Amino acid sequence: MHKWNRKHLLSIEELSREEILTVLQTAESFKDISLRPIKKSPVLRGKTIVLLFYEPSTRTSNSFSLAAKRLSADVVNISVNASSVQKGESLIDTAKNIEALKIHTIIIRHSRAGAPMILARHIDASVINAGDGYHEHPTQALLDMFTIKQRKGFFEGLKVTIVGDILHSRVARSNIWGLSKLGAEVTVCGPPTMIPVDIEAMGAKVSYNLKEAVADADVVNLLRVQFERESGVLFPSVREYAAMFSMDDEMEKYLKEDALIMHPGPINRGVEISSRMADGKRSVILEQVTNGLAVRMAVLYLISGEKEKTRKSSL
Amino acid sequence: MNERSIMTEDEIKRAMMRIAHEILEKNAERENLALVGIRTRGVFLAQRLQENIKGIEGITVPMGILDITLHRDDLDQLPTMPIVGKTEINFDIADKIVIIVDDVLFSGRTVRAALDEIIDFGRPKKIQLAVLVDRGHRELPIKADYVGKNIPTSLSEQVKVSLKEHDEEEGVKILCTNGTESTF
Repeated sequence: MHKWNRKHLLSIEELSREEILTVLQTAESFKDISLRPIKKSPVLRGKTIVLLFYEPSTRTSNSFSLAAKRLSADVVNISVNASSVQKGESLIDTAKNIEALKIHTIIIRHSRAGAPMILARHIDASVINAGDGYHEHPTQALLDMFTIKQRKGFFEGLKVTIVGDILHSRVARSNIWGLSKLGAEVTVCGPPTMIPVDIEAMGAKVSYNLKEAVADADVVNLLRVQFERESGVLFPSVREYAAMFSMDDEMEKYLKEDALIMHPGPINRGVEISSRMADGKRSVILEQVTNGLAVRMAVLYLISGEKEKTRKSSL
Repeated sequence: MNERSIMTEDEIKRAMMRIAHEILEKNAERENLALVGIRTRGVFLAQRLQENIKGIEGITVPMGILDITLHRDDLDQLPTMPIVGKTEINFDIADKIVIIVDDVLFSGRTVRAALDEIIDFGRPKKIQLAVLVDRGHRELPIKADYVGKNIPTSLSEQVKVSLKEHDEEEGVKILCTNGTESTF
């Protein structure tokens, strides 16, 4: 079994196939801890983990927070609205001040791509990317892959279709990197304004027709329409988007019997997915949430490994 | 490297049969017995005890698997985190007499970690310890209830247990090495 030598988790792009599989295998062992009478393991006892979120998030920050607590770490939440970032402090200064409190890991979400990498270069603590701009969201992709592995058991030749605003989706980007490394065939589907021009270079196929794109898909991953971002100007109306790219009741007959419906949440019912499909037999949306906890426990465990002395060199 | 044989396949078989008898002799409440094997070789030894007990008494004692990685006391000192395996205990351990099974008893640190892992699942009535080989050099106050064979060793020696289910051969050997090994 491949050992994990990384101090940070910054992107899926930098991970090898073996490293991804190590996380998935470790997550399998950690999933059971949440099913025990005593849902706690002492493995990160004495470690302090900081959640530094520059963007709103409930499920990712709660999932990380609970994962850290189930491993006995202490968790500090720094919400940006209430912090001195509002007073003009820079990212690096904020991080160095946090590090001065002798913490072990910073989990960061930032609206700018590359913010976690800058942090990793300037501080000694481990850094986990919890979403940076339109770049990557590694733990979301890992939990998606973990869910696929648990349900399908394999990746080689598996057909995965990602639907929605691919251009502005860090979830899509991380998923394409990871799934391609594991041998799955990824198709992206959405309005032409939401498909990046260079996406084929990442190994994904492009389709502008949802019926065609889901017809032989083993997994359909629906992205949320991000009303708070630019999505609103990229299609004429929500109704038109829903008419062409929604996983609605009508689409069901085009799906394979054993296709999985996934969604990173939060879902907009009636926009990218109908209620019946979201709550239907193919949906694994809530399983993704449960699996997210196990995957984040695995990541926190694996990056906590290195000794202080050896930490710096391994970036 | 120097090696000598300590137990043959037959001797292991007889030792495991004796331990099965001893477990039944010591514990009148057969219905509360449970076995848990410590990964990796303890699991196969626990399976053998389960079969032996079935052969003697005709009862199937529930069996679980323990992975003690998360309770190791040396995780802070390791350069990379070891791979975590699954602990599988699919029965209620409350009020059970749980017998931990492992291949070699050495420092006692693995057993200490196993005790903590078991307690995560509830409160057993008793916990007992069965090992194939006790090689001495305890670093914690832990003693086995059932021992296949006591083997006095020096710290520069290594005890190697091979079981058919996992290794190509079967037997217990002592290897002379110069380095020091992990006590886990």
